[in-house]
Amino acid sequence: MKINQNLAVSESGFLFNPGTGESFTVNPIGAEIIALFRKGMTQDQVIDSITDQYHVDRNTFEKDLQDFTGILKTYSLLKQDD
Amino acid sequence: MEKKIYERPHIVRFETGMPGKFGMRNDLPPTTHIDGVAVSELVTRFGSPLFVLSENSIRTAYRKLYKAFSTRYPKVQFAWSYKTNYLSAVCNIFHQEGSWAEVVSGFEYDKAISNGVDPRKIIFNGPAKTREELVKATENGSLIHIDHLDELYLLIDVAGSVSQKPRVAIRVNMDTGIYPMWDRFGFNYENGQAWDALNKIMHSGKLDLMGLHTHIGTFIMSANAYAVAASKLADLARSLQQKFNHHLKYLDLGGGFASKNTLKGSYLPGSDTNPSFNEYAEAISSALINSHFTQGELPLLILETGRALIDEAGYILSTVIANKRMSTGRRATIIDAGVSLLFTAFWYQHQITVAQGNSQYREDTSLYGPLCMNIDCIRDSINLPLMNVNDHVVIHNTGAYNLTQWMQFIHLRPNVVLIDEKSNAHIVRNKEDQDSVNGNEMIPEHLAKFE
Repeated sequence: MKINQNLAVSESGFLFNPGTGESFTVNPIGAEIIALFRKGMTQDQVIDSITDQYHVDRNTFEKDLQDFTGILKTYSLLKQDD
Repeated sequence: MEKKIYERPHIVRFETGMPGKFGMRNDLPPTTHIDGVAVSELVTRFGSPLFVLSENSIRTAYRKLYKAFSTRYPKVQFAWSYKTNYLSAVCNIFHQEGSWAEVVSGFEYDKAISNGVDPRKIIFNGPAKTREELVKATENGSLIHIDHLDELYLLIDVAGSVSQKPRVAIRVNMDTGIYPMWDRFGFNYENGQAWDALNKIMHSGKLDLMGLHTHIGTFIMSANAYAVAASKLADLARSLQQKFNHHLKYLDLGGGFASKNTLKGSYLPGSDTNPSFNEYAEAISSALINSHFTQGELPLLILETGRALIDEAGYILSTVIANKRMSTGRRATIIDAGVSLLFTAFWYQHQITVAQGNSQYREDTSLYGPLCMNIDCIRDSINLPLMNVNDHVVIHNTGAYNLTQWMQFIHLRPNVVLIDEKSNAHIVRNKEDQDSVNGNEMIPEHLAKFE
């Protein structure tokens, strides 16, 4: 996964894409996932990190992450690795 | 280290544009308790999905409506509309408050009798009464509301074979200025059918004409329609006085008051737009008091209000089975209560809230039930907090018609619980088991076995 590195993400969950001018609001866990991708983590590493910190089983989070990354791709915030 | 509470990751793009004319708050708080009982406790004890009825809400609604009418009109009597919700526990709350019974079939008639209702306080409506039912109702002294000429002739015939004189009214349909005009019940006012039927009854001498009845429609959004109906019934009553010197005991304005539910396609919620009890009471009472009746002559006013008295007392508790995304990108959530339990989902945008800690983030969601049918949609579009599998939701205003028109389809029907005024929960209808469905079946011998 390759996150758009130009994104501006505020602590309160406001996300701005300077490339398109679009703005988003993201919840804290969503912001955390985006931050982990920006650090270069793989999908598996993100799952490890989140399931270590939160009350959620691996299957549930994997399913939710798949949905979330699907939306990020739709908004051109995330690209699949070549 | 203590793990943090999990919420699904969520992102939404800001949309700019003109705000909607009807933009309203839709971030309803979670419904964690119903009448002091925790939703999570109810689901744990009685299962999910679960119908919950509030005795306090039923009694409060009854007293509010009765006060609206009794402060405006001297003689008021309510008759509980069995078809709206004929769970015996519910019927008996209304009977304890003073309601008679309004039934529309032999099944409902027998149910009212077995509930202990005085037969003389049962109003027998409906378009399909059998001879046996008419004989029984006549012998019991119940009030029989005649729907059509065939029933009138049958009842005159019945009157010749029993010792009691049937106590009757006719059902009158009429134009009250609303659409659609209901003309399938009773005799029409405008074309003279109603007056003809009244003449037949008076000339027969075999029936005791007690009153007049009308049921102008359902979910009537205009209180004035009832004023028109009351005036037309009063006109018929005056004609009977003038021609036969016959004074009617009662006028029955039927049911049809809107509840606080929101009809599909409405911009604004029903709680803001539907007439209040006071508006209905003012329209009907004023029309009768301003008619020809002198003060001593005013007939008893009977009302068969069902929906508006019970809708808000009913809840369905349901559990999230799955979250998914549709081909268009829309969020969809599947819950374990479908349209087989919530028939009124076809008419209303039911208010739905979550039952646990509220996320500040919301998403537009389609809410589907558990049936393997494409029509099983509880809400096409509703803004809900982020929900996880096994979270609970509360569907509001489900007390009217769902517990009589529900169907057993694919799944067995769940427990129905009544919360009393002391916050005790009682099962008032047990959940079904395999035998509830299969018990009445029989397999012919040649079909009993197969390889």
